Amino acid sequence: MSLPEAFSGLWAYWLIIALMMVGLYIVIARDNLVKKVMGLNIFQAAAILFYVTMAKVAGGTAPIVQEGAEHGGGHGTAEVVYSNPLPHVLMLTAIVVGVATTALALALAVRIHGEYGTVEEDEAVAWDMEHG
Amino acid sequence: MRDQIVVLAVVLPLLAAPACVLLRHPRVTRLFSLGVVAACFAIAVALLVEVRGGNVISYQLGGWPPPLGIEYRVSVINAYLLVLVTAMALVVLSFHSSGGPHRVPERRRHLYYAVFLLCISGLLGITITGDAFNIFVFLEISSLSSYILVSLGGHRRAVMSAFYYLVMGTIGGVFFMLGVGLLYQATGTLNLRDIAARLEPSLDDRSTLLALALLVVGISIKLAVFPLHHWLPNAYSFAPPKVSAFLAATATKVSFYLLAMILFTIFGAPFVFGELQLHMVLMPLSILAMFLASGAAIFQTDLRRLLAYSSVAQIGYMTLGLSTANAVGLAGGLVHLFNHAVMKGGLFLVVACLLYRVGSVHLDALAGVGRRMPLSSAALVVGGLSLIGVPGTVGFVSKWYLVSGVLERGWTAAAVLILLSSLLALVYVGRVVEALYFRRPAADHVRPDLREAPLGMLAPTWILIAAAVVFGLTTDWTYGVAAEAAELLLQGGI
Amino acid sequence: MRSTSRVREMPVLRVIARALVPMILLFGLYVQFHGDFGPGGGFQAGVIFAAGLIVYALIFGLGALRRVVPPILTERLMAAGVLLYGAVGVVAMFLGGEFLDYSALDPLTTGHHGQHLGIIAIELGVGIAVASTIMRVYYAFVSRRPGGAGAAEAPGDTP
Repeated sequence: MSLPEAFSGLWAYWLIIALMMVGLYIVIARDNLVKKVMGLNIFQAAAILFYVTMAKVAGGTAPIVQEGAEHGGGHGTAEVVYSNPLPHVLMLTAIVVGVATTALALALAVRIHGEYGTVEEDEAVAWDMEHG
Repeated sequence: MRDQIVVLAVVLPLLAAPACVLLRHPRVTRLFSLGVVAACFAIAVALLVEVRGGNVISYQLGGWPPPLGIEYRVSVINAYLLVLVTAMALVVLSFHSSGGPHRVPERRRHLYYAVFLLCISGLLGITITGDAFNIFVFLEISSLSSYILVSLGGHRRAVMSAFYYLVMGTIGGVFFMLGVGLLYQATGTLNLRDIAARLEPSLDDRSTLLALALLVVGISIKLAVFPLHHWLPNAYSFAPPKVSAFLAATATKVSFYLLAMILFTIFGAPFVFGELQLHMVLMPLSILAMFLASGAAIFQTDLRRLLAYSSVAQIGYMTLGLSTANAVGLAGGLVHLFNHAVMKGGLFLVVACLLYRVGSVHLDALAGVGRRMPLSSAALVVGGLSLIGVPGTVGFVSKWYLVSGVLERGWTAAAVLILLSSLLALVYVGRVVEALYFRRPAADHVRPDLREAPLGMLAPTWILIAAAVVFGLTTDWTYGVAAEAAELLLQGGI
Repeated sequence: MRSTSRVREMPVLRVIARALVPMILLFGLYVQFHGDFGPGGGFQAGVIFAAGLIVYALIFGLGALRRVVPPILTERLMAAGVLLYGAVGVVAMFLGGEFLDYSALDPLTTGHHGQHLGIIAIELGVGIAVASTIMRVYYAFVSRRPGGAGAAEAPGDTP
C-alpha cells in the first residue's frame, strides 16, 4: 500500500489513532487527576468511534425498519441499505461502562481531594513522601 | 432444564447484589451473600464433575442460538476457574471478625457486600461466557467493583492506589475492546468459537496482528505481567486485607485464563508460538518478573507489600508455563493458578489476622509475634514454605511441572533460573520468619496483651493453608483437571 | 454560593423551569414507552427523566428535590430496577425457557407477544435503574460539604 493510499482510504483510522494518542498523552502527562479522567474519556471515545466507523455501510441508513421498505431485494418496494446495527449496540454498552468508569474515577478524585487537599498527583505524591 | 444452572452461576450473584442493597441489614446481607456464594460454589463443583472427561455444556442466553446470541459455554477449563473463584470467594466471605474494627461503617456494610458480589459475578461471567464482547462487559464489571473494594482500605493511599488501578485497568479494558473490534471486523462474529474457526491469522495480516497485540497488552495490564504490573503492589498493599486475599486469589487468575484462551483458542498455538514466536517475548519477561519482583519483595519492610511483589513474581511462573506451549508446562501454569490462589489467599488472610491484633504488619511491629499468636504465625510459615516450593506443599507441585515443561521445551537455562528464583523466595520468606520468631520486640512495641486471632478468622485461614499442604501431597484433582484443561487448550478448544 | 442563590431568585428561570420540568419528565416517559416500536428505550429515558429532576433541583434547591425524591429512595430504586430486569429473565426460566428468553413469557400465543412483554418489562427496569443511578450520583456529589467529608456520602471511616 502506498503512502497516499494509506491516508486517503484509511483517514478515519488515522483520526482515531490521533484521538487515542491525545487521550493517552493526557493520562500520562497531566498531573491533575480530573484531567487524567478526561484523558481516559477521550481515549475511550476513540475506541467507540472505531466501532462506529466499522459499522458504516456505504449509502446505509440508520437501522430502523421503515414502512414500505424492505431490506435487500424486496418485491416492488424500495430497497434500503442499513448500517450494521451490532457495533452500535455494543457501543451503547461501552458508553455505559465509560460513564460508570468516569463517575467512579471522579468519586475517587473527590475522596483524594478530601484526604490530601489536592487533586494534583505530584503534590499528593510529595505529601506521601513527607508523611510516609 | 438441568443446564439452567450454568447461567445461575452468574445470575445469582449478579441479582444478589441489588438484593443486598434492598436488604440493608449488615448481618443479614453478610449471611445472604455467604449463602449465594455457597450456592455458586455448589453449582461450580457440579459443573466441574459434569464436564470432566471432555463434556461441554452450552447454554443459549435468551434462547437465541449462537453465533447470533450470547452463548455460555462450560468446558473443563471454565469449570476449573469457576470452582477456583467461587471457592476463594466462599472462604474469604466466611472470614469474619466479630466485634472488631471494620473498615466499612455498619450502615453502609450492605453496599460492601453488594460490590463484592458484583465482583464475583463479573469474574464468573468472564470465565463462563463464550462471547467476546460479553467478556469485555464482565471484565469491566469485575474491574470497577475491584477498584471500589481497593479504595476501602482505610489508608489515604488506598484511594490513590485505587485511582491508579482504575486508570491502568481502563486503559487495559479499552485495549481489549479495540482488539475485539478488530477481530469482529476480520470475522464478522463475536462468538469465540466462531471467531476461532473463521480467523486465519498470518504474519502478513496486519489488522489481525494488531488485534493480537491489543488483546495481549490489554489483558497483560489486568494480569499484571511484569512491566505492566505497576498498579498491583500498591493496590494489594493498601486494599483491605480480605480484598487483597480475594483479588490476589481470583482476579489475576481469571485474567490468566483470558490470556491463555486468546492465545490458544482464538489465535492458536501454531500461529502464536510457531510463526509469531511470542514466547521470545513472554519467556524473558516471565523470568525478569520472577527475579526483579522477588528481588523487590526482599527489600520490603511491610508484609503486605512483600506479598504483593511476590504475587508479581508468581504471575511470572504462570506466564512462563504459558510460553512453553506444551502440555506439561501449560498444565503447570494452570495448576499454579489454583496453587497460588490457595497459598496467597491464605497468606493475605494471615495478614488480616495480624493486622486485626497487632495493628500493623510492618516487619518491625511483627517482631516476636510468633510466641503470642502461634497459630497465625504457623500459618504464615506454612504458606511461606509453599511460596518457596518446599516438597509437600502446592508450590512444589507447580514448580515440578513447570520445570518439567520448560525442560521438555529445551530451555535448560530457564529451568535453572526457576530454581534460583526459589532461593529469592527463601530470602524474603526467611525475613518474615526471622521477624516473627527470632527477633525481640522493640521496647516501644512490647504488647503483653497480644492474643491469638479469633476463630472466625483463623478457621478460614487454616482451611486455605491446609489446602496448600493437602493439594501438595495429592495432585489427582488439581493437576488432573489442569492437565485436561491444558490438553483442551492446546487442541484449540474451549 | 451567592451566585447560585441569585440564580434561584430569577423569576424568568423559575417560571420557565416550572413549565419545562414537567415537559422534560413527560418526554422521558415518551422516550421510555416509544422504545417498544421505535428509537428510544430505558437508557435514554432514564437519563432524560433524571436530568429533568436535576434541573428542578438546580432551580428550586436541593431541599425541594429531596422532598420529591428522598435520597434513600434512589438507592432502593437503583436496586429494584436491576432486580426487575433480572426477574424477567428468571421468570422466563421458570416458564421453561432460557434466561431472558422473552418468548417463554407468553407460551400461549406463538407470535411475538412474549417478546413485546419482555422488552417492555426490562426497559422499564433499565429506565428505573438509570434514572435513580443518575440521581444518586447527583446526590452523592452535591451533598458533599466543601473541603471534607460530605453529609450523605462520607468517605469510609479512616481508623
